[in-house]
Amino acid sequence: MKFLQNTGLTLFVLGLAIFTAIPFLGTWELDASMVKETTKEMHREVMVDILTPMYDKTYSSQFAFIDEYSRHFGAYNESLKAEEKWDQVIWDDYAFPLTKNASEGPVSASPLLFLFLSIGLAVFGGLLYILPLHRNETAGIKNDGIYFSSMKARGWLGIVTGTYLIVFYIILYWYPEYMANLVIMVDPLSEVLSGGPASQWFLYGLVYTLAILVMGIRMFRKYRGNNYQTIRTVSVMFFQLSFAFLIPEILVLFNMPWHDFKNIWPLDYSFFYEYRLEGMISSGALGMFMLVWGILLIIIGVPIFTYFYGKRWYCSWVCGCGGLAETLGDPYRQLSDKSLKSWQIERYLVHGVLVFAVLMTVVTLTNYFMEFGLLGQATDQLHSIYGFAIGSAFAGVIGTGFYPFMGNRVWCRFGCPLAAYLGIVQRFKSRFRITTNGGQCISCGNCSTYCEMGIDVRWYAQRGQNIVRSSCVGCGVCSAVCPRGVLKLENGEESGRINDMPVIIGNNSVKLKS
Amino acid sequence: MSEKNKSIVIIGNGISGVTCARTIRKQDPRVPITLISGETTHFFSRTALMYIYMGHMKYEDTKPYADDFWEKNDIQLRQGWVSSVDYTHKKLVFQNGDELSYGTLILATGSKPNKFGWPGENLEGVQGLYSYPDLLDMEKHTQSINRAVIVGGGLIGIEMAEMLGSRNIPVTFLVREKGFWDNVLPQEEADLVSRHIREHGVDLRLETELAAILDDGKGRVKGVRTGNGETIDCGFVGLTAGVSPYIEIFKGTELETNRGILVDEKFQTNLPDVYAIGDCAEFKIAPGPDRKKIEQVWYTGRMHGETLAHNLTSKNQVSYQPGIWFNSAKFFDIEYQTYGHVPAQPREGEWAFYWEDASGKMALRLLFNEKDEVLGVNAFGWRIRHAFFDRAITEGWEADRLLSQLHKADFNPEFHKKLHRLLIAAYNKEKGKSLTIPKRSFIQKLIGSRA
Repeated sequence: MKFLQNTGLTLFVLGLAIFTAIPFLGTWELDASMVKETTKEMHREVMVDILTPMYDKTYSSQFAFIDEYSRHFGAYNESLKAEEKWDQVIWDDYAFPLTKNASEGPVSASPLLFLFLSIGLAVFGGLLYILPLHRNETAGIKNDGIYFSSMKARGWLGIVTGTYLIVFYIILYWYPEYMANLVIMVDPLSEVLSGGPASQWFLYGLVYTLAILVMGIRMFRKYRGNNYQTIRTVSVMFFQLSFAFLIPEILVLFNMPWHDFKNIWPLDYSFFYEYRLEGMISSGALGMFMLVWGILLIIIGVPIFTYFYGKRWYCSWVCGCGGLAETLGDPYRQLSDKSLKSWQIERYLVHGVLVFAVLMTVVTLTNYFMEFGLLGQATDQLHSIYGFAIGSAFAGVIGTGFYPFMGNRVWCRFGCPLAAYLGIVQRFKSRFRITTNGGQCISCGNCSTYCEMGIDVRWYAQRGQNIVRSSCVGCGVCSAVCPRGVLKLENGEESGRINDMPVIIGNNSVKLKS
Repeated sequence: MSEKNKSIVIIGNGISGVTCARTIRKQDPRVPITLISGETTHFFSRTALMYIYMGHMKYEDTKPYADDFWEKNDIQLRQGWVSSVDYTHKKLVFQNGDELSYGTLILATGSKPNKFGWPGENLEGVQGLYSYPDLLDMEKHTQSINRAVIVGGGLIGIEMAEMLGSRNIPVTFLVREKGFWDNVLPQEEADLVSRHIREHGVDLRLETELAAILDDGKGRVKGVRTGNGETIDCGFVGLTAGVSPYIEIFKGTELETNRGILVDEKFQTNLPDVYAIGDCAEFKIAPGPDRKKIEQVWYTGRMHGETLAHNLTSKNQVSYQPGIWFNSAKFFDIEYQTYGHVPAQPREGEWAFYWEDASGKMALRLLFNEKDEVLGVNAFGWRIRHAFFDRAITEGWEADRLLSQLHKADFNPEFHKKLHRLLIAAYNKEKGKSLTIPKRSFIQKLIGSRA
């Protein structure tokens, strides 16, 4: 078994290394026909012209290619800007599609081979490592050695992993041209699913989904014997694979807008953007359904489901961000900060983002209905600020890249506006709570340590108080790791849910309120 | 009276001392409180020591309150060992010669592991596990050893076995009795736990006594010899045959002691303004039928602290009056909860219903008196609701009533196998009854209603 697992680990690292190397393979050659093919009609002539010096040259590295492209393209734009000919400046970014088209070499020759050698090998190796985990062990908590692990306790492996993820996200969001080869590699798969070539987002979606699936299987091994954990993991795996990955691609195949039916505004912050609304309205009955369904989820789905089940119905059962956090991020859940200070920061930050998202959407919609009058500029500004700061930097780079540093729920805890909305409902009008079992708490701290949201669960448990917190995503791990059976996630009557001044059962001498 | 003489000084920052300090502060925002400990500056959860060794938590994570809690609540912390108490002048003398006056003194010094005079019991690598320094010693003495031997079949012993197992150190576990913890657990439960201990690869030797611990010639342990003459090589010996009150500095002074510091039902010692609570206190009269004179569990320590704090801050003086007994533990993966009293051997007129799941890892024992009223419950691998059994036992619910409401006692995580169904089926079969569980409608199930 140990041999199999070590082989698996080796294959995983090899797959990852190949994945990392692929962007550097091959040569880059640009010709005018590629430029014509890639650019919009309004830019075509100019682009073909300004890139002329690059034709029929072979670049042996993408850096050289992208450098030269940026030089020519930048020089053109800069001169226009200097002359204040703003209407002629090209704001579109052609670096990615041109780099992708210009790439020649082994990856574009046999993309599937490289797909198997990189992602395929990593998945296979990962499974080989994961499947035998905890074999011949009894069902129970498997947290042995977590704080001795370099990967899980901010050792060098964790730092390397976090850095890798951060770099990956920065390239993905702002410099996708450097991962053009990786996108080429998944083109065939995209063709099958959506009938078109892949974008960097398709690559990201694929890797994301596979991460949830493979690490979801790890959850089955780790939490064997705990049905709540198993079922909820199946749920996030299902929603990611179908709703977030396959269905949107298939919609595209049928000329529909790409749409994730389980993504809810304001997490799906662009839902009310002009292009999204137009896309839905112009897509017939299904498009109208997308619009109505999306709005119903916001105004009815969230309050009703959260009333009955707490925000967990979304955050740890359906959501894609939650899905990744609960699977890929599970090894890092203990790294969340439990201090009072971080709770204070959390409340300002997460509700601040919610306010920002709501304001932005109000401006967007006003602008939409005013038919792009006064607010056009402001809307664009707000969209670009939100997209950069929240949508990309916070949710992506920090949200996932910081797993090994600050735990797996950094985005959900400090940034997600939908989590804030769900949390408000959960705190004030819900049947969900974590019940504390009388006086059985021994203050050991396992619950607080393994709370990914940084809730000091023990503080409540040791005073016999139910845990009703807006941030709780209901992952159920506090209950799972409790050695004395003190915590139970339940939906129940609202009366008695919040017991601010509990009396611990067991002492008949005095009834002291905690 | 000067301000100084009102001050409350507590020796020991375990659960008893800390609960007492916190509760006093809640009732009285001004009285000066000093909490003394030689062990650690801050309060940590003793029960969580094992998780530090196993890598589940760091020491920091075992502190129930943040470090700034004490200052915020104006509770003075003082780290140091007290070497003697001058009761006449009401002052403490520390090992380093410092002195501290008190108005009221609360002794909450806890326990120390038992040693029964075994040859070699003070060798290097031989120890109990009670305090934080014990944990550090254990860390030091279990590096690169080939085997460990644990002596004494109680709760700390099995925790130590689990700890060592997490580091892949083979363990031989010597238990003097016929079954694991069988002075507390009835036969079936003792068997259940014994099976599970063996399932974890522990070499469990029942009815085996320790005769001597062997010296390697350099003052370190190299093995043990058992009562039947067998020698077991090992690099570490865990002594876990219970604990006793840690009262060395009080013995032979005017403070009245027996096994522990003798107190009345209000935790008053024989000296004015001196009280004792928690593990180190010994009641002159047991606080209730079925209760021991020395109570050495987390929960009772907390109640002692609460009760004394109340008496020190209120005109309405009360006697310590614990409610229905409860306790819990975890044996490797199997959680144990108990409410009321379930002795190892049923007494005259009492009868029990015992159910065990086919897996052999989940079990419930209900004990009833001759009038069929419930007296207590033992649960293994089955989380049950404290409030439910506290009430059922207080009110003496009859067997049938209890069983038909057992689903309300279920505290297992959602989607867990419904154990009460299996238990009731077994009960109906054995007793020829036809108890039913109220059916829940689909909607009730969907919204998780318990009503």
